[in-house]
Amino acid sequence: MEEKNLICINCPLGCPLTVTMEGGEVKKVEGNTCPRGEAYAKKELTNPTRIVTSTVKVRGGALAMASVKTASDIPKGKIFDCVKALQGIELDAPVTIGQVVVADVCGTGVDIVATKNVPAKG
Amino acid sequence: MREYELVIIGGGPAGLAAAVAAHEAGLRDILILERDNELGGILNQCIHNGFGLHTFKEELTGPEYAGRFIEQVKKLEIPYKLNTMVLDLAADKTVTAMNREDGLFQLHPKAVILAMGCRERPRGALNIPGYRPAGIFTAGTAQRLVNMEGYLPGRKVVILGSGDIGLIMARRMTFEGAQVQVVAELMPYSGGLKRNIVQCLDDYGIPLKLSHTVVDIEGKKRVEAITIAQVDEHNRPIPGTEERYECDTLLLSCGLIPENELSRSAGVEINPVTNGPTVNESLETSIPGVFAAGNVLHVHDLVDYVSEEAGAAGRHAAAYIAAGGKEEQHKALPVKGENGVRYTVPVAIRPDAAGDAVTLRFRVGNVYKNKKVAVYAGDACIFSRKRPVLAPGEMETVVLKTELLTAHPEAEGITVTLEEA
Repeated sequence: MEEKNLICINCPLGCPLTVTMEGGEVKKVEGNTCPRGEAYAKKELTNPTRIVTSTVKVRGGALAMASVKTASDIPKGKIFDCVKALQGIELDAPVTIGQVVVADVCGTGVDIVATKNVPAKG
Repeated sequence: MREYELVIIGGGPAGLAAAVAAHEAGLRDILILERDNELGGILNQCIHNGFGLHTFKEELTGPEYAGRFIEQVKKLEIPYKLNTMVLDLAADKTVTAMNREDGLFQLHPKAVILAMGCRERPRGALNIPGYRPAGIFTAGTAQRLVNMEGYLPGRKVVILGSGDIGLIMARRMTFEGAQVQVVAELMPYSGGLKRNIVQCLDDYGIPLKLSHTVVDIEGKKRVEAITIAQVDEHNRPIPGTEERYECDTLLLSCGLIPENELSRSAGVEINPVTNGPTVNESLETSIPGVFAAGNVLHVHDLVDYVSEEAGAAGRHAAAYIAAGGKEEQHKALPVKGENGVRYTVPVAIRPDAAGDAVTLRFRVGNVYKNKKVAVYAGDACIFSRKRPVLAPGEMETVVLKTELLTAHPEAEGITVTLEEA
């Protein structure tokens, strides 16, 4: 039996959650005031994921940088691997929203895609 | 210079949504003036996700959200001028602006929409003691440097203020290899969203110190160290609680102020609480035909509400122009906030000009639990809703059916208040 403390992020109430874990499984969630709190605690303690956003350089673009994101959420533990995978990447203008920048980043099965249109310079 | 019926000052989220809505309402003679080299405003540097859940039912990044509106503006062929700085707005709605192609020019529109957004509170407005070295940035400036220019403004960072931009930048600087040591917040609660505290600070082990402020900045050329201390209930530093952090950068995330230099020069009445224009239910300022929406009116937390508000301003401006600039005189009911309600937008409602419903937005002055938001027309309660929690960082919205107001013709005013639930 192990107890973990979390703050629910679903609304400004920010309920302090106390979660009882056993063998990597959530046994009990306390402190939540609605069902969303329980769902959040279970996801956060068994399979936490995040969308990662960053930027990459653009060659020959009207702008210096293009913003990018993981097309869907990836495991929280892979965030820094994902950020590292973006180091040194340069795109050639034009860049279009949705364009794949890194395919299957760090074996997550998720692509990193551009979130900004950058036309060519001129 | 060709004249336009509607001039929108600002091509950020508010200006774009106002232009699209005015076009949809039938107006074809619209011009957007934008001082940056692209449309989209602040969204271009907000590369994180979380935008558009209300408007598009999906989670977009800032540039993607802006991109949706820019696409519409281009598809509708609404004209816009980039790199164009508006220098003056006169009481007769004469707009004086300049850019490299047209030089200095004047426009004489029938209506104007103010959509200039807001600015960050700078160090000079914060009364922080210590030296004035390089390395002190507002969080938004750092955000622009990192996300748009591709520069990292520092490697060891202390952040003062827990506004959302500061929290977002704590994570962003961490991704770029900087070490963010602490976020100090003067108030006993954070002004940022819970989600940002968890996902931008807790995820990376960055401590948030509430009731703390900066008491010293060291370094003559560049920031060398920052000292923070705990404050008492009067916001005075408590001796003995000082903590010194060696660092090269201080980021400030200490509030946003609507940018109303042009509004003031036109003589638009400004609400001292919001620092934005006072408007009626049509988002029209004290000057007929001059409308305001978005962060220039009052600082928003969610861009979705900016788009919604600006859309309404666009429709009202189109209606004003269609009516030939003549407005019927309607009885106006003043709206006031009481008992923790710091301000309301609008500050007056003309029930006969309000259409089917009026959107009232407001903020509270403290964290309140288990309250009820109540709206009174005169002495009659016409709306009430339970709220388990209200916080200064979260804007509240009430949509009032106009028939509730017209049902009380005796009312001389409207009051928005908090009551025990």
